[in-house]
Amino acid sequence: MTTAISPITSDDIVLDRRSKELRKMIVRTIEAGKRGHVGAAFSVVEILRVLYDDVLKFDAQNPRWPERDRCILSKGHGCIALYVLLAEKGFFPEAELWKFCASDGILGGHPEFGKVPGVEASTGSLGHGLSFGVGFALNAKLEGEKHRVFVIVGDGECSEGSIWEAALCAAKHHLSQLTVLVDYNKQQTYGTIAEVQGLEPLKEKWASFGFAVREVNGHDIDELRDALRNVPFDSSKPSVIICHTVKGKGTSLTERNLAWHHKSKVSETEVASLFASLDAE
Amino acid sequence: MRKTSLDMVYELAKRDPRVVFIGSDLGPDTLKQLKAEFPRQFLMEGVSEANLVTMAAGLAMEGKIPYINTIATFLTRRCFEQIVLDLGLHNTKVRLIASGGGVVYAPLGPTHLAIDDIAILRAIPNMTILAPADADEMRRLMLQTLEVEGPVYIRLGKGGDPIVSRADLPCEIGKAILMREGKDALIVCTGICLQVALAAAGELEKQSISASVLHMHTLKPLDATAVYENTARVPIVVTIEEHTIVGGLGSAVAEIIAEAGFNPAKRFKRLGIPDVFPDQYGSQASLMARYGITAEHLTAAVKELRGKTA
Repeated sequence: MTTAISPITSDDIVLDRRSKELRKMIVRTIEAGKRGHVGAAFSVVEILRVLYDDVLKFDAQNPRWPERDRCILSKGHGCIALYVLLAEKGFFPEAELWKFCASDGILGGHPEFGKVPGVEASTGSLGHGLSFGVGFALNAKLEGEKHRVFVIVGDGECSEGSIWEAALCAAKHHLSQLTVLVDYNKQQTYGTIAEVQGLEPLKEKWASFGFAVREVNGHDIDELRDALRNVPFDSSKPSVIICHTVKGKGTSLTERNLAWHHKSKVSETEVASLFASLDAE
Repeated sequence: MRKTSLDMVYELAKRDPRVVFIGSDLGPDTLKQLKAEFPRQFLMEGVSEANLVTMAAGLAMEGKIPYINTIATFLTRRCFEQIVLDLGLHNTKVRLIASGGGVVYAPLGPTHLAIDDIAILRAIPNMTILAPADADEMRRLMLQTLEVEGPVYIRLGKGGDPIVSRADLPCEIGKAILMREGKDALIVCTGICLQVALAAAGELEKQSISASVLHMHTLKPLDATAVYENTARVPIVVTIEEHTIVGGLGSAVAEIIAEAGFNPAKRFKRLGIPDVFPDQYGSQASLMARYGITAEHLTAAVKELRGKTA
């Protein structure tokens, strides 16, 4: 079987300096913890970057500010990318990154609500984040509040039935405050999405569940920015942005390489190779 | 008991706008008045328990106090991970009203028998578990649920259960109620088994055996002090519950007794559903009788242990 062909190619993007620097911070964090979900973190960098640089309303000094936009990384294993951005924005000191997975740190292998400022819900077990997002958005609608809710789900995660339960509920309540971003990198732990549990036609699935759908190249800053600045795409529907991405995007070592889905005991040599590869690309 | 619990949701919703009722797919007239008067506090969201529980957690994190109602088995087993993580770990103020605790749905078969709900929920940090004896006690406990931090599980009986709780005794979440005092044995019970325990204690009294009855309407946090103090006074302890003997009230009491290191050791027995899937239909009463959750069996169990202490 082959990976479903998307009309949008996600591997023709040359990363700019900022995207490379964010990935270097991810590598430094992995170097400190000697472990991490590298592929998932690299794949979601541009999605999170655009959200935190250009879209989300937040106050890092007051992370529970009631008027903030809520952002949930439902694919919690991509958390190192989120940690790097939250640290950069000032939610917590950068030094926390160097205690990744340490007993005296706040940053674990999956993000925790109540422990990490800026994290809206504990994720790690897949299929929970979207329902949290539906609860947040439904409350905003009931109370007439203007903030928005963004939930980033993985493609492997879309095999969870609870994702589609939540999607039905979001559509029923016309939660236009809610935007789902699918990090569609076409790979999961065992192999390709197509061979493990295919999702195609994914766009049609979300549309038939009552979402307004747009597809973008998930590494293209301009496309992401344009889509995210234009949500909701339909004032009576929740939105979904299917972000075509490359798992491990950024280095020749990690791109589409299943060995880098999750690594423990990451060696100094491997870290050096990642830095070298990021500089070379 | 179910009617009282839902009537109470209406009362609580009227006095506190944070209260939101969430049903899965309940009867057409469920909380009709709430829906008509406070439509923003009434949701009916379909047969999707995983989403219901996590969505309720999301609402709670924004300040609401959701009360979810559906059948006990679906509200515990199907969405167990959502309860552990999104209610327990996040310590959210969500209330689960579980219809048909125990073997209420006997005619509907094993898919509908909630015989393990206490065991599995008891292992979740931050969880409060309530099993009232009757509608009056349900009312007294429901009034307190607004204030409890973290998730609360409320186990319902069949409805129309005889009123055996007493308005003259203090009823506070987390505190056991000593319903009667005796020197020969202690019966520890929960939920509608209070009826059975009181009947057995009455029968034992006729036979010159005086038994205490300690009613645990709150299974978590368990009132360990009351269990310890009342156990210390008697040689015999019997627990009775409409639940598997694996991991429920009996197990919780056994843990306290074992760790107390009583000398001489107490004679102890757990009554409840043995480690099997019930294999008959019939009625709640017939299934309880099949597994010895009756006053006759409880009386006999106390007498048998008494024989062993002689």
